[in-house]
Amino acid sequence: MDFTFLLQLLINGLVVGSIYALVATGFVIIHKSTGALNLAQGEFLMVGAYVCLYAMTTFRLPFAAAFPLTLAFTALLGVLIERVVLRPLLGSPVISVIMVTLGLAGLLRSGLQFFFGTDTRAFPELFPSAPVMLGVVPVSQGYIWSVAGVTVLLTALGLFFRYSRAGLALRATASNQQTALSMGISVKRMFALSWCIAAVVSAIGGVLLGAIRGGIDMSLGHMGLKVLPVVILGGLDSVPGAIVGGLFIGVVENLTGGYLDPLLGGGVKEVVPYIVLVLILMVRPSGLFGRKKVDRV
Amino acid sequence: MLKLDGIEVVYGGAVLVLRGLSIEVPEGRIVALLGANGAGKSTTLKSVSGLLASEGGKVTRGSIRFDGKEIAGCAPEELVSRGIFHVMEGRRVFEDLSVEENLACGGYRRTDRSGMRADLEMVYDFFPRLRERRRQQAGYLSGGEQQMLAIGRGLMAAPRLMLLDEPSLGIAPLLVQEIFRLIERINRERGTTILLVEQNANIALGIAHHAFLMEGGRAVLDGPAESLRSSDEVRQFYLGFSDHGGKKNYREMKAEIRRTHGGEVNDGIA
Repeated sequence: MDFTFLLQLLINGLVVGSIYALVATGFVIIHKSTGALNLAQGEFLMVGAYVCLYAMTTFRLPFAAAFPLTLAFTALLGVLIERVVLRPLLGSPVISVIMVTLGLAGLLRSGLQFFFGTDTRAFPELFPSAPVMLGVVPVSQGYIWSVAGVTVLLTALGLFFRYSRAGLALRATASNQQTALSMGISVKRMFALSWCIAAVVSAIGGVLLGAIRGGIDMSLGHMGLKVLPVVILGGLDSVPGAIVGGLFIGVVENLTGGYLDPLLGGGVKEVVPYIVLVLILMVRPSGLFGRKKVDRV
Repeated sequence: MLKLDGIEVVYGGAVLVLRGLSIEVPEGRIVALLGANGAGKSTTLKSVSGLLASEGGKVTRGSIRFDGKEIAGCAPEELVSRGIFHVMEGRRVFEDLSVEENLACGGYRRTDRSGMRADLEMVYDFFPRLRERRRQQAGYLSGGEQQMLAIGRGLMAAPRLMLLDEPSLGIAPLLVQEIFRLIERINRERGTTILLVEQNANIALGIAHHAFLMEGGRAVLDGPAESLRSSDEVRQFYLGFSDHGGKKNYREMKAEIRRTHGGEVNDGIA
């Protein structure tokens, strides 16, 4: 039983971790290209989950229609937020930008509460409930779809950054804004694009999380906080770091939860990511994959 | 092709950097902008390329005309599309990007893919070292190679007017000569008009057709490069040569130039 239990915890950890990775990637993209820390990342995730839920229950749309609609909505929201809230702050100190994202988080959260109430809402079943046997471990189909979805999405993002014209321009902007400007790259447009991407990937994370959990409530926004240990661990400006960090935090959380909670009376799972956060900040402040300045000899 | 007429530039709403600068750059030529630190040379280039705005600067008076059309206050991306490319001071390559990705960024506003491929080959022919290092991260190039990359990136935009800011900065003397030979070649073979800012007046006058001397935010003297090269006071004042033996002090020379040319010379000290 022990080995199965361990595998079960590992799988749970990887699944949740992959969603952390997704949300953290959004966070890193905004930080890399605009220098801002977006503390409303968790609220983006909530918006995604609730909008998709709303489209499926109130409008009775099939998931195949509700999902693209959710993406379009959050993409628009991301661009709008950049345009209305952040662009006027261009050139302001980073701390004001961070404070504004905190305000934004409150605004989005209250808006959602206003529209949907604070009760837990059942999320329509997207995947068949019968588990699949992975060797000896039963795994729910939602998990498999979720991990597959995240993998495809992150790969697509990676390819986008590596090979597309806009991806190159985004990386150039992240590397040096003034120089990017001199190339004729519209830095403002790149900022809008990063907010758009970040909002969309978080929203996808929200939908997946809703589908896995079967229900959503305001606690979904805590994911935004959980992203901080992930990105600190991986390095604030590293997408691969966000992915590794996400998976790591997910696994550690589940392992400690599974093994230590019964001994210590619960709650370890909630605390562990932040213990990791503090340790990393003490030992390696730039994270595992954080940018090391290029030094020429 | 490019005509600046009495422009004033103010930074942060308070600091007047250019005070009625007028210069002209004819098509197909290399024009050098010389002068001491703080004369406003880099600011001049930034006001042409539109990069001024991102640093809190603004053209408050005068006109900047490119092909006869007013361009003061235009966004940089529009100016790149119109054929003006600014190779900024201090190389500024995208350190995390590969050499080839850096070059691709230079062609960001272009839509003709086949032309870009041809130009990439052309850049590699101009700078064979870049071809060798095409997959390397640009941050690891030597200073001279980074300057080549910065210029090559400019070439990738296929500009009609290239603004070059201090291409000799922080580069070994031998490489400086190589880079200036290449700049001359770019002008000759590609017909690219070049406005060159340089502290090293001697080498700049070596390739330029025409030059302006700047002092305190305006042009105090201009003429064909050869005549400036041989002009006594320019040699003493800016090139550090003296035919009379013994050095004159700075103030004396300034007075001499003022006498000869009637302009007010302002170095911010006097």
